[in-house]
Amino acid sequence: MTAAVTVIDYGIGNIFSVTRALEHCGATVLLSGRPEDILAAPRLVLPGVGAFANGMEGLRSRGLVEPIRRYAASGRPLLGICLGMQMLFARSLEFGDHEGLALIPGIIAPIVAKAPDGAALKVPHIGWTPLERPPGCATWDATLLAGVREGENCYFVHSFTAVPERESSRLADACYGDCRISAAVREGNVWGCQFHPEKSGETGLRMVANFVRM
Amino acid sequence: MANVRLIARLDIKGPNLIKGIHLEGLRVIGDPQEHARRYYEQGADELLYIDIVASLYGRNSLRDIVSRAARDIFIPLTVGGGVRSVDDVRDLLRAGADKVAINTAAVNRPELVTEVSRAFGSQCMVLSIEAKKIGEGRWEVFTDNGRERTGKDVVEWARRGWELGAGEILLTSVDREGTRKGFDVELVEAVTRACAIPVIASGGMGTLEHVEEVCKRGRADAVAIADALHYKRMDIPQVREGMRSRGIAVRRLEGRPAP
Repeated sequence: MTAAVTVIDYGIGNIFSVTRALEHCGATVLLSGRPEDILAAPRLVLPGVGAFANGMEGLRSRGLVEPIRRYAASGRPLLGICLGMQMLFARSLEFGDHEGLALIPGIIAPIVAKAPDGAALKVPHIGWTPLERPPGCATWDATLLAGVREGENCYFVHSFTAVPERESSRLADACYGDCRISAAVREGNVWGCQFHPEKSGETGLRMVANFVRM
Repeated sequence: MANVRLIARLDIKGPNLIKGIHLEGLRVIGDPQEHARRYYEQGADELLYIDIVASLYGRNSLRDIVSRAARDIFIPLTVGGGVRSVDDVRDLLRAGADKVAINTAAVNRPELVTEVSRAFGSQCMVLSIEAKKIGEGRWEVFTDNGRERTGKDVVEWARRGWELGAGEILLTSVDREGTRKGFDVELVEAVTRACAIPVIASGGMGTLEHVEEVCKRGRADAVAIADALHYKRMDIPQVREGMRSRGIAVRRLEGRPAP
């Protein structure tokens, strides 16, 4: 029996690659933007690229905000990727102040990063950056990152970063100059990664495989 | 500091991977998918596909090649050549591309850069610039693979592209392309100084010293390599190791099997 995953299709983002990565890891994928499919999903992925307000508007206009919240409350696994992870948070300060899904306490704030020599680093942060285990996170065993070693690189492309309210929400960090980027987060059954696991080679596929087996 | 990205560049004509000199005198190298797979397995950070005849014929034949690549290559894919509209971009993103590179159409209608970055995010809008040196510290923007002059100054156009919403600049030196004589480091340096978005240096990679120079002095954020990889003069691990030993930050590879 193959593992079924529902990927939320809300008119935003490159869902082809996410779908392919899930299939590569043995999943059967249902692409859907219908509330009933989300509520019935055994596993749910919220992808996304672009602006926060557009993303939330895409969910709202399809009536998906409440279904996603109810799904999350069911205890079944939910994975937000890139903008999808950012939307898991309560608020974003991207071009204004916008409400998110509020599944993880915290905000989304602009990246402000300096190199050791004091020079401002480029934004967006684009490229491969190593993952670090935050001080408050004892192990990656039995998490989305099981089998990943500290220092493995993932592919990031973003201008804003999550600032979780609770240290315990942090699963992995990444340093961009002096900016502490929240690379992966967790709140119970709700997982998020700022980087693109579907674009992070074998390291990313390992996480996708972990999610498919949850 | 950010790791410098190693990008394998695949120039495409019809169904074939090709390579030229100064973007002309094209030779067929082989099957793009076979090469793309090899570069992925070797640990390329990204792949860049450019349909080098598309803007001549007003079409993009990359859709099929990219959708085939995206099925089993799990790193970022950038696609360019003949991209003229927001609809063209949407079509390529749906086929599995992560970013699009736009040159001719952006020169003809600069608002396209803003439209694409608004519609899909600036992270997927790569402004492709073909540059030819026209004097000391001066370069002119060319289109249609170095054939058509535009009268635009490269540094000015790069800065304008950044303001219009481009998230990255693919900077190809037509003078150096395919020559193996080294990157046009002055060109790269001038553009990286002028705008605060990442710049991909393309054209002229012959030796590891060339890469070192364009990263250190030119401050390139990424290097595109074609010829050296296609003709197997070097492979990705050699370039990566050569950069690391020269003090350039690059992604550390684990070399582990697939899960």
